[in-house]
Amino acid sequence: MEFGPHLMLAALEGAVTAAILALTAMGLSIVFGVMRVVNVAHGEFYMLGAVLAWWVATVLGTHPAIGFVAALIIAPALVGGIAMVADRLVLKRVAYDADRTIVATIGMLYIIQQTTLMTFGPDARPVEPPFNTRLALPWFEWGENGFAMFWPWGLSTTSYKLFVIAAAAVVLVALWLVITRTKAGLLMRATQQDSETAQAFGVPVGRVYSLVFGLGAGLAALGAVLVVPIQQAHYLMGHDPLLLSFIVVIIGGLGSLPGTVIAALLIGMSDGIISVFFSPTLAKIIATLLVALVLVFRPQGLMGRAQT
Amino acid sequence: MKDAAKSNALHFGVLATLLVLFFVLPPYHAGNLSRIMVLAIYAMGFNLVFGYTGLLSLGHAMFFAAGMYGFGLTANLAGWPVVPAFATGIVCAAALAAVVAALALRTAGVSFMIVTLMFAQTAYLVVLYFGEYTRGDEGFVVQKAARMIGEIDLTTDTARFFAAYILFAICFLGLARVIQSRFGRTLVAIRENEERTRMLGYDAQRHKLYAMILSGAVSGVAGAAYAMLFGYVGATFASVQYSIFPLLWVLLGGAGTTIGPLIGVLFMFYLIDFSSSFTNAYMLIAGVALVLLTLFAPHGLAGLVRRKVFAWLP
Repeated sequence: MEFGPHLMLAALEGAVTAAILALTAMGLSIVFGVMRVVNVAHGEFYMLGAVLAWWVATVLGTHPAIGFVAALIIAPALVGGIAMVADRLVLKRVAYDADRTIVATIGMLYIIQQTTLMTFGPDARPVEPPFNTRLALPWFEWGENGFAMFWPWGLSTTSYKLFVIAAAAVVLVALWLVITRTKAGLLMRATQQDSETAQAFGVPVGRVYSLVFGLGAGLAALGAVLVVPIQQAHYLMGHDPLLLSFIVVIIGGLGSLPGTVIAALLIGMSDGIISVFFSPTLAKIIATLLVALVLVFRPQGLMGRAQT
Repeated sequence: MKDAAKSNALHFGVLATLLVLFFVLPPYHAGNLSRIMVLAIYAMGFNLVFGYTGLLSLGHAMFFAAGMYGFGLTANLAGWPVVPAFATGIVCAAALAAVVAALALRTAGVSFMIVTLMFAQTAYLVVLYFGEYTRGDEGFVVQKAARMIGEIDLTTDTARFFAAYILFAICFLGLARVIQSRFGRTLVAIRENEERTRMLGYDAQRHKLYAMILSGAVSGVAGAAYAMLFGYVGATFASVQYSIFPLLWVLLGGAGTTIGPLIGVLFMFYLIDFSSSFTNAYMLIAGVALVLLTLFAPHGLAGLVRRKVFAWLP
C-alpha cells in the first residue's frame, strides 16, 4: 500500500480508539471534576463492562445483535450499580479525602481484577459483533489521466467500526445535553462548583456523588461494551485504558469536559497513527513522558483554566 | 528509660530477634526471612517519603528497578565484580530519584502521584524497549560470578541471610538515625504543615528533594540486593504493581514508624504465601487489605500500638 491510503487506514483505526477513549476518559473526568477524587479503579470498571458484555451475550445466546443490544444496556447499568455501592461503602466513609481515596481505589482495582480472574478466568473471550460488513474504501488521486478513483487493496473498514464512532459521538452529545440542560446536570454542576454551598441550598450532595461515581464507571463500561467485538474481553484489559484516560484527562485539563473530548481525539488519533508507523513501545514512552512533563510544567492542562 | 533509649533498645531488640529467628526457624522460613528483609529495605525507603514527609509517590518501582538493573546489567554485561556493580545500582537509583524529584516536586497532591506514576511507567516501558539487553518481561539470571564477594558465595542460605541482614541493619539503624536528626524532624514538620514550616524559614522544597533522593537510594539498595541475593532481574519489578506494594506494606505496618515497614512486609509476605497455596488470585488479598486499611486502620499496626500502648514508638 502507498503512503496515502496507509495513512487513511491508520487514521480510521485511530478514530475508533479515540471514540472509545473519549467515553472512558469522560467518565474519569466527570468523577474528578465533580468529586475531586482520582478513581484508580476506573480501568477495572472498563474491564468489568467488557466481561459482563461477554456474559450477557453468552447467557442470552441468541442472535448476536440481540445479545449485543442487551449487553449495551445491562453491562453499563450493572457496572454503574457496583460503582455506586463501592462509593457508599468505601469512598463516602473516607470522606473523599484525596490520598485515602486513591489508596482505597487501588484496593478496589485489585479486588475487581482478581475476582474477575477467579470467576471469568485468565482467557480472552470474544463477543460477536451485531453486524460486521466489510467496506472497501476508495482512494482518489491525480494521475496521468487526470482525477482517478481506485480501490487500493487492503484499504477497508467494517460497518461495525463506523458504528462505534457514531455511537460514541451520540453518547457524548447526550451527556453534554444532560449536563447543560437538565435538573440533574444542574445539581452536578452546582456540586462541582462548591459542594458546601450546594449542600446549604438543599442539593443532596451525597447522592450526587454516588450517581456521578456510578455514571463515570458506567461510561467506561459502555466504552468497553462497544470495543469488545473488536478486542476480546480479558481480565487485564483495564490497564491501558486507565493510563490513556489519565493522559487524556490531564492533557485536556483536569475536570474540563470539552478539553477531555479534544484531548481524546488528539491522543487516540496520534496513538493509532504513531503505532502504525513506529514501534508501539517507543510511541508509549514518548507519550507517557510528554504527559508527565505537561503535568509538571502546565499543571492546568492544555485547555484547563488555572487552578481550580 | 528515656524515649531515645527505649527506641534504641527496640531497634537492637528487633535486630537480635531476626538473628535468633534465623537459627531457630526451619530452613524454609529462615530463607523467607532474607527476602522479607530485602523487601523491608524497599519499604523503609518508601516510608521515608510517604510516612515521614507525607509525599505519596506511586512510582517507587522505578528506583527499585534502577538499583536492580544498575547492578544486574553491569554485573552481567560488563562483568563487573559485586561491589562496584552494587554501588552502580545505588548511584543509578539516587540519580534517577534526583531527576524525577526535581521535576515531580514542582507539583503537589494528586498531580504528584500521577507524575510519579507516569515516570515509573516510562521507566518500565524503557526496560521493555531495550529488551535486547534487559530481556524484557522474561528477565535474566545474574551470573554466578557476580554473586560472590571474594570467597563468600552469596547463593548459600547462610551467606544470603547475613548479607541481607547486614544491609537491613545498616538501613534500619541509619534511617532511624536520620529520622531523629534535625533533617528528619523537619521532614515531619513538612508533613504536618508545609506552609508553617516554610514560614519558620526552612527550605521545604530542598528538604523534600533530599528526602526523595535518600529514599530512591535506599530503594535502589533493595533492588540491587534483590538481584544479587536471588539472582534474578526482570521487568515485573519495574511495573506498577511494585510501586503499589511498598505503599501496601507501609500502610499495613504503620506509616511514619521505624518498624512499620518490616511488620508490614512480614505480614503481607505470609498472607500472600498462605493464600497463594489455594488460589492464584492472591492479589485479591492485597486489594481487600488496602480497602480495609484505609477504612479502619489508616495508621497501620504499629500506628495502633503507638496510639494505644507505647506513645514513644519511633
